[in-house]
Amino acid sequence: MGSTESKSFENALVSMSGITKAYPGTLANDAIDLVVRRGEIHALLGENGAGKSTLVKILYGLLQADSGHIEWQGVPVDITSPARARELGIALVFQHFSLFDSLSVLENIALGMAVPANKVLQQKIIDVSSRYGLPIDPDRQVYSLSVGERQRIEIVRCLLQEPKLLVMDEPTSVLTPQEVKELFVTLRRLSREGVAILYISHKLNEIKALCSNATILRNGKRVASADPTAESAHSLASLMMGDELDAPSRENRTPSDKVMLRLNNVSVIAVEQHDVPLRQVNLNVHAGEIVGIAGVAGNGQDELLAVISGEQYLSDEQALLLDGEPIGTLSPGQRRQRGLCCVPEERLGHAAVPGMSLSENAFLTAHHRSDLRSVGLINKRKSRRFTERVIEQFNVQCNGHLSLAGSLSGGNLQKFIVGREIEQKPSVFVVSQPTWGVDAGAAAAIHKSLQAMANNGAAVLVISQDLDELMLISDRIAALCAGQLSKVHLTESVSVQQLGLLMGGASIEQGAHV
Amino acid sequence: MIRLQPRAEPSKLMGYIAPLIALVITLLSGMVLFALLGVPVGAAFYAFFIEPVSSLYGLSELGVKAAPLIMIAVALSIGYRANVWNIGAEGQLILGGICGGAVALYFYEVDAWYVLPLMMLAGVIGGMLWAAIPALLRTQFNANEILTSLMLTYIAGLLLSLLVHGPLRDPDGFNFPESRLLHDAATLPIIMQGTRLHIGALTALFIVVIGWVLLSRTMLGFALKVNGQAPNAGRYAGFTQNRLIWFSLLFCGACAGLAGLNEVAGPIGQLLPSISPGYGFTAIIVAFLGRLHPVGVVFAGLVMALSYLGGESAQISLNLPVAVTGVFQGMLLFFLLAADVLINYRVVWGRARTARRPSSEHGASL
Repeated sequence: MGSTESKSFENALVSMSGITKAYPGTLANDAIDLVVRRGEIHALLGENGAGKSTLVKILYGLLQADSGHIEWQGVPVDITSPARARELGIALVFQHFSLFDSLSVLENIALGMAVPANKVLQQKIIDVSSRYGLPIDPDRQVYSLSVGERQRIEIVRCLLQEPKLLVMDEPTSVLTPQEVKELFVTLRRLSREGVAILYISHKLNEIKALCSNATILRNGKRVASADPTAESAHSLASLMMGDELDAPSRENRTPSDKVMLRLNNVSVIAVEQHDVPLRQVNLNVHAGEIVGIAGVAGNGQDELLAVISGEQYLSDEQALLLDGEPIGTLSPGQRRQRGLCCVPEERLGHAAVPGMSLSENAFLTAHHRSDLRSVGLINKRKSRRFTERVIEQFNVQCNGHLSLAGSLSGGNLQKFIVGREIEQKPSVFVVSQPTWGVDAGAAAAIHKSLQAMANNGAAVLVISQDLDELMLISDRIAALCAGQLSKVHLTESVSVQQLGLLMGGASIEQGAHV
Repeated sequence: MIRLQPRAEPSKLMGYIAPLIALVITLLSGMVLFALLGVPVGAAFYAFFIEPVSSLYGLSELGVKAAPLIMIAVALSIGYRANVWNIGAEGQLILGGICGGAVALYFYEVDAWYVLPLMMLAGVIGGMLWAAIPALLRTQFNANEILTSLMLTYIAGLLLSLLVHGPLRDPDGFNFPESRLLHDAATLPIIMQGTRLHIGALTALFIVVIGWVLLSRTMLGFALKVNGQAPNAGRYAGFTQNRLIWFSLLFCGACAGLAGLNEVAGPIGQLLPSISPGYGFTAIIVAFLGRLHPVGVVFAGLVMALSYLGGESAQISLNLPVAVTGVFQGMLLFFLLAADVLINYRVVWGRARTARRPSSEHGASL
């Protein structure tokens, strides 16, 4: 495709206009226009659910728009499949990688490109990776690579196709701060060489640092185009969210000396293939403080939460102490009765039953601590009152206590779930990814309620991938890497860069010396 | 190309109406079937659906057939809600019959009030033991209960056959494969004079009430429902999955075993090589037709009982093969499942509509 672009189209590489796509019940894209020029790094900015992913899937031929059209270098095109998109010169780095663990880097790339895994390809991989500062060894087996390295394979795979447009869907959500820096260097170099990059994110600081142009989506509509370098993070946020944001600020608390939750050398061996073994995790959480646990997904966060909530049994009851009492062998219900409430990451199907009403979902965990039964039978009136209290206090948008949990938006359901646990007034509250996929308004509300809990004397443990969140709300912070927990530091004394060291596997010793 | 597209909000109302729709389509298809067989449609319908229930005796027979179906289907519904797929209620029924019948034969000389309760207890225990096997295999070895419970049904049938050909055979029965006839102390009291309607019908209603309270008001029922819809949420809430599997299977075994004993100590009155016209299997259809709800199961049980009576009646008055019963039952389940699919999905013809056609294919320069 050695065509030269027409000057009359102002260097537009791709222009999408009036793209509309409806799903049952929602209009994911509503007449969206998007123009990406040659060599620019263009941000596609929006909250979760704003329609970014749908738009990208249409661009890459994974979805077909209901209406609207796409021009590629000024010529109308019909992108019917990803193969057609690649033919045009569009490459997409997915948020979730599709790599075979048991094959080498070279074999994976060869498979993805449908070419033989020979010396020629190997040389090409080495050339591309050294040219763009993406160090990977073609002979390494994929299972031995970190998430950041895996992402590099995907990028190299895309670059080998010599794309004109590289689309990156939330590339930094799985990276440590150091890896993010390296990625940005690569992207800038690509941009200088004339490759356009469509960079999808909701992280304002990244976009300000990287992009020269931004298209902002809200509720499936394009609300603005802006120059991110000229806007403040705050003004970008209000464009993205629509209204002014009442964000919580950092609070200083003086936690008591009383250890409410103690993990004593907790080790769990991996049973299934994707489990991460926990290795001698020690942690104290005091009354009246928020402890944050950072870490890239898949480093043992789910396992840690399961151990604390009781879904994962421990053989040693002394491994876990709640207010000084051993609880290592108690069931989730018994732990709840003693004041330990947990919220897992997965909302639907784990923290809540999608096909049940909010009332029933409230009963699901609240019956242990709140009086929702009479003579052993479920008391629907009491459940209803409890549910309505949660809905009101946590401002859950729904059609009343009989709404099905699955019908709520992600943010509203998360507010409900967090509210359900807070309403039980736990003495220890453990929550994983409290604001994952939640819009900024709901996130602010959740952060404020966590702060309020700690101020009221509860011990709060927050497991999160979102560093900004942890830096904002936690009093002390640690990182989980490959099932091992770092030393716990005072949040004020740690920089994001240092935290990145703690999160990265290879640099854990360096991190300990910080 | 036909595709199924999930509906955003499946209609709740249609969920309740679906069994009626399935019933109507089954009747219409039945008409076509009769017409193709060359049987006068009107007469066939009368014989199949009206005649069996046009007399008091007919109605009582409906109760006799419906009772075991309802008892088993209520128990199956509870298990199915919890994702425990017990397909072997027929085998559990047979074991209940064997154990209860064996107790009756053991006390053949005894004419006392306690014989019948003992038989009932033995029936319940027999069904539970048979259901305990798939429960054990599932909880200990994660063996699929659909396969194990189904296979055990055939073993149960052969066991019954073995017993009535051997140890339990009537010594004065000229080597016919059947047991002695149970005497009065070992048969269920009749609740309507001149009919075969026995107190088993009341046990069935009792189990309906138990099932309803269990599912709607108790912790156990709640745990079962949560476990069925979202097992991870069940674990998170602290419900023990294995305990729920054990309960589902044992409860069903108990109900099916009691139903089997009711057949042996009721309408049959002895042990025969076959003591059930497939109640344990038909109850699966009843459970789904009744929307896995104890009250729905009552209506569904009556409909399916009618299909048994109708089949017999059509056989007598129209010379139709008895397989007609199975055909009707099968059609009913098929149409019900089809209706359920259409409630949850819409049928879309062809590919998703694509964006406007381009005038030229390639990005050539202008």
